[in-house]
Amino acid sequence: MAMLSRAADQLYWMARYMERAENMARILDVSYRMSLSSTDGDSEHMQWGPALVVAGCEGPFKETGRPTDARNVVEYLALDPANPSSIRNSLGAARENARAMRTQITTEMWESLNATWLEIRNLDYEKLEAMGTRAFFDWVKERSHLFRGVTYGTMPRDAAYRFARIGTFLERGDSTARLLDVKYHVLLPTARDVGGAVDYYQWGALLRSVSAFQAYRRVYRDVIKPRRVAELLILRADMPRSVAASLGELTGLLDEVREQFGRNYRSAGLAHTIHDRIRFAKIDEVFEFGLHEFLTDIVDSNMAIGKAIAEDFGLPY
Amino acid sequence: MNAASPGAPVAFDEMRASDGTVRAAYSRLAQWLDNTPPELLARKRHEADVLFRRLGITFAVYGEGGDTERLIPFDVIPRVLTAPEWDALSEGLVQRVKALNAFLYDVYHGREIVRAGKIPAELIDGNEQYRPEMIGVEVPGRIYTHIAGIDVVRVSADQFYVLEDNVRTPSGVSYMLENREAMMRLFPELFARNRVQPVGHYPDELLKSLRSLPPHSAADKDEPTVVMMTPGAYNSAYFEHVFLAEQMGVELVEGQDMFVENDYVYMRTVAGPRRVDVIYRRLDDAFLDPAAFRPDSALGVKGLFEAYRKGNVTLANAVGTGVADDKAVYPYVPDMVRFYLGEEPKLANVPTYSLRKPDDLKYTLEHLPELVVKETHGSGGYGMLVGPKSTAAEIEAFRQRIIAKPELYIAQPTLALSTCPTFVDEGVAPRHLDLRPYLLVGKDVKLVPGGLTRVALRKGSLVVNSSQGGGTKDTWVLEG
Repeated sequence: MAMLSRAADQLYWMARYMERAENMARILDVSYRMSLSSTDGDSEHMQWGPALVVAGCEGPFKETGRPTDARNVVEYLALDPANPSSIRNSLGAARENARAMRTQITTEMWESLNATWLEIRNLDYEKLEAMGTRAFFDWVKERSHLFRGVTYGTMPRDAAYRFARIGTFLERGDSTARLLDVKYHVLLPTARDVGGAVDYYQWGALLRSVSAFQAYRRVYRDVIKPRRVAELLILRADMPRSVAASLGELTGLLDEVREQFGRNYRSAGLAHTIHDRIRFAKIDEVFEFGLHEFLTDIVDSNMAIGKAIAEDFGLPY
Repeated sequence: MNAASPGAPVAFDEMRASDGTVRAAYSRLAQWLDNTPPELLARKRHEADVLFRRLGITFAVYGEGGDTERLIPFDVIPRVLTAPEWDALSEGLVQRVKALNAFLYDVYHGREIVRAGKIPAELIDGNEQYRPEMIGVEVPGRIYTHIAGIDVVRVSADQFYVLEDNVRTPSGVSYMLENREAMMRLFPELFARNRVQPVGHYPDELLKSLRSLPPHSAADKDEPTVVMMTPGAYNSAYFEHVFLAEQMGVELVEGQDMFVENDYVYMRTVAGPRRVDVIYRRLDDAFLDPAAFRPDSALGVKGLFEAYRKGNVTLANAVGTGVADDKAVYPYVPDMVRFYLGEEPKLANVPTYSLRKPDDLKYTLEHLPELVVKETHGSGGYGMLVGPKSTAAEIEAFRQRIIAKPELYIAQPTLALSTCPTFVDEGVAPRHLDLRPYLLVGKDVKLVPGGLTRVALRKGSLVVNSSQGGGTKDTWVLEG
């Protein structure tokens, strides 16, 4: 069956928004963990400010005039209907995109997205607290795991499936790069504590936020060192949330689309070029180039791939 | 209507005769009702609500505040018809839809029925839904209404009346299908005990029907490309558009997904443009094509009407069908049956007074407290007067509206709509019903055994519309 360009666009955004909701939960979770392990001297502002920066919500949050404390930041990033990036709104947008293209997804996928939305749409901070802040983040991650699992387990391997997965991996690569970039710079000033307990917990929290804490231990059998964390999250193709893995999945999917429609697409070529650059990079070279510069390049490249995809497949018009 | 009010006709109880004996259709169901405690019915009703909301079986309401996605109340007690009852009814429906199609062809061609003096020309020319652009256009198979929903009410054991014809974009068929699905999930044992004719093949029949009338220029006449066209996710019937497209396995398109080039229609796909042959469109004529109709429509496709006129795409339903389901035209449908088919109508109209006729107007104004008065263009139960349920002041106010523009109204006696047991707050009690069966017109006319039963959940109410506190029920036609 032919696939509408608009359908491809909506599937892609459905998956991106779901992934975005999950990443926001991860960002909040890591801040929460850090706030538990911080020293008395840290203000709440120091603990929760970085979450706003990573989420790209620092400016809009300031405009609300609310103080940067646990309650306000969690409420703003998780539940605020006025914040377009809140978890609530991402889950709503994922569902709206699915609703606009329900014929392209399976009933199970729709039911899972719809049930998630029905649970969060009336959730306020008091209810979230009653549920437990951590339990809430876990719930969001679980809903995202469930959605991905249902997608993987029920969708025919056709163009619709590929566009949904493309959205997942483009968003994920982008998010990991941003998370690492901001965290690295936020964490670096505390390097005077290298080897200290705070440093350990903070880098640990970052690894945990991308489910890579155990993997780090298994791969390096070493204390947590910033350079290795960066290597794990950028270059290791065997880490599911790394930039390299996300780009690997993305190029694979674009190749499949290319085969399916028998055309050469600019997006696939571009993804290959960028993927190759990461695949053959060494972490020392990355740091020589400048980690921040490298990560900025990745974020820009991801955007370029997204734009090429839109042009190749006529979305959106 | 309240059955206890003096002089009011007694409503036909579909389950029980006046002596209390259970009618044949309901014999097994009555037994089951006797053995089923209200708590169980309440629990099942709740389960049904959860199920419908989870599946997203909702209709959208905007501008009233509150939840924009609402559920139509579902009643867990089915409405039952026997095979002979259904067969007689469906013969009448098929006959009627044939006459309506013949009328529509005639309206846009020779107008023989006008020349024969059976229908006044101004009913056509003065009708807002009349589309002069359609004069002389040849549509495949001369079919105008491919999908029709004809609302009927029952007043006695063997008397059904047609309440209105819906030959533009009738909705609600998804509820017929989902209500059955829900009942089979909630009460599988009932289906083991009652032999109910299936309705689940409706989408297959719909697709076959749509495919049977491809445009003359279709590349593949056996498997033309069919799409379902929706105004979008904010339309109140969007859930149904999704559901039917999904069930048929066709693309659900919006206007922005299509374009016209050299009078052919294409949809934009990830693999490039693709020809479209048949469009099951669920938006009104006025919005189809900004070049031909409303220029401000952002929902349509520019040039679509010209492609259609040239015979390069089939629209289902055709443009301009609304001229046949206007309430002012309705009184003439039995004459259409006689005129085009040379047969006596098997299915009667509700006796109707056309207030454009002086005698009918006089009678109506003298008998307002007994009558139901409707606007000829109204729908959804708005803009009507139910005489026996209205106060003297309401009747007087409506009288002035009628006197000002009598041609806008028709009047009918207040019918004692049949009732069927329904699970409401006070327990299981009779409530008034109507029925909308769906007819599919392709090379031939098909309908699945059943339809959408709407029920007025408020005691004594005769208004079954969901916007006015109505609910729905599963409709069973038993095997013969």
